[in-house]
Amino acid sequence: MLKLPIYLDHNATTPCDPRVVEAMVPYFTNAFGNAASRNHPFGWQAEEAVDYAREQVARLIGADPKEIIFTSGATEGDNLAIKGVYEMYASKGNHIITCNIEHKAVLDTCRNLEKEGAEITYLDVKPNGLIDLAALEAAIKPTTILIAIMYANNEIGTVMPMREISAIARKHGVLVFTDGVQAVGKIPVDVNKDGIDLMAFTAHKMYGPKGVGALYVRRKNPRVKVTAQIDGGGHERGMRSGTLNVPGIVGFGKACEICLQEMESDAKRISQLRDKLENALLKVEESYLNGDKESRLPHVTNISFKYVEGEGLMMGFNKNIALSSGSACTSASLEPSYVLKALGLGDDLAHSSLRFGLGRFTTEEQIDYTIEHVTNTVNKLREMSPLWEMFKDGIDLNTIEWAHH
Amino acid sequence: MAYSEKVIDHYQNPKNVGTLDKGKNNVGTGLVGAPECGDVMRLQIEVDEATGIIRDAKFKTFGCGSAIASSSLATEWLKGKSVDEAVKIDNMTIVEELNLPPVKIHCSVLAEDAIKAAINDYRKKNGLEELQFEESPVH
Repeated sequence: MLKLPIYLDHNATTPCDPRVVEAMVPYFTNAFGNAASRNHPFGWQAEEAVDYAREQVARLIGADPKEIIFTSGATEGDNLAIKGVYEMYASKGNHIITCNIEHKAVLDTCRNLEKEGAEITYLDVKPNGLIDLAALEAAIKPTTILIAIMYANNEIGTVMPMREISAIARKHGVLVFTDGVQAVGKIPVDVNKDGIDLMAFTAHKMYGPKGVGALYVRRKNPRVKVTAQIDGGGHERGMRSGTLNVPGIVGFGKACEICLQEMESDAKRISQLRDKLENALLKVEESYLNGDKESRLPHVTNISFKYVEGEGLMMGFNKNIALSSGSACTSASLEPSYVLKALGLGDDLAHSSLRFGLGRFTTEEQIDYTIEHVTNTVNKLREMSPLWEMFKDGIDLNTIEWAHH
Repeated sequence: MAYSEKVIDHYQNPKNVGTLDKGKNNVGTGLVGAPECGDVMRLQIEVDEATGIIRDAKFKTFGCGSAIASSSLATEWLKGKSVDEAVKIDNMTIVEELNLPPVKIHCSVLAEDAIKAAINDYRKKNGLEELQFEESPVH
């Protein structure tokens, strides 16, 4: 029996894997020590658990455990990396290069730094959502200290050419930071092969708990340093003070271990389901795939259904299928997704988009249900859409003088 | 954000979806909104020429659930009213009836604008002066 509602919003968050929860439980009650208590068994036990988790996390990304700084999540990691590098390398320069489809945690951090004197270049992406490498190289100047480009995009799932990006950065002696939230645990990420100097990622996008994440900070070739953004007891090699979230970190470690073991088989199975869903939905008339079809995550597809509005569309099934739309139809924000607009999509297509994010526990039965109900709702709403009627009558919508409000 | 039951009901069972013959003199059509803004409403009325009563009303809407519900409700209210009564339909009564939250008030404004645009189209076709309306403050 199919259990409803179906969860297809795994880019927002993932459920904890039961194996992760099982690993965490003892650290709430019996093994509750503070990992910084150096003088008694409770502290030693907690510290040991954190050290083990640090190894599990490091192994997933090919790092040394000493290069892992535990944080509260990726927003903190993004802030610490960008602000920390900006402050630490102030004598070298003040220029940072990023792109316009980054997560708000990166974009808003950059905007904030602009107020403090930073010069930020926001690169446009190509219509397929990928960075233009020539434009990236052309943007580098003597004052450039950091390139901050996401590993994979949260809305369209496109995977950036990290190795090419870091090769350019190396050539010019610029550090590379990447927001790895959507990629780590889903596709192979190796900080050495990929040439990454700093990377933020988080547990809750890979079947771990919320409220815990990590910042990878390279220790060799080159040795990277960031200025701490939270002052206190000097935890995490002085880069991030604050009592460690031991149960969360234990769960994060377990989640990383499972991802390392199962990533390949998960990705294969999930991408087959994603392709089934995508192929069926792209058979619907006037539906379009957003973002590059090749260079992307295995579990994501973002599709626009022209002539229907995303929020109205979701209302047709959101009691039973949880997913996300690029449309925000409120008087406070009539702007559709800035990511889709950055790809050059017209507002009409951006308003008509749905993001499907599959996961470890997604079944074929759920996908079949989703295909049926999304297709039916699109058809039903098109029967109600004046734009669909005009399209069917051969009227060019661009020739109409709309009353903008 | 949760929708009210009335919005859900109109969304699931919209009243009066359809198209009236634009070519007829007693049919008025209002098309408001813009695709870029995420909502477009087309509302039509058919007036009984002998009595001045709105005999039929139809809509088609591209937009969120609240926009669909607002236009569906508007067509319900229009039927049986005289054109002069119809022009008095206020967006706030739609807000109250559908229990729209503040962020969705613009949907009701759009419905009111669609009604007025349809009436003016009807008046124009029949040689009557178009009514002047004050700019709605919510836009």
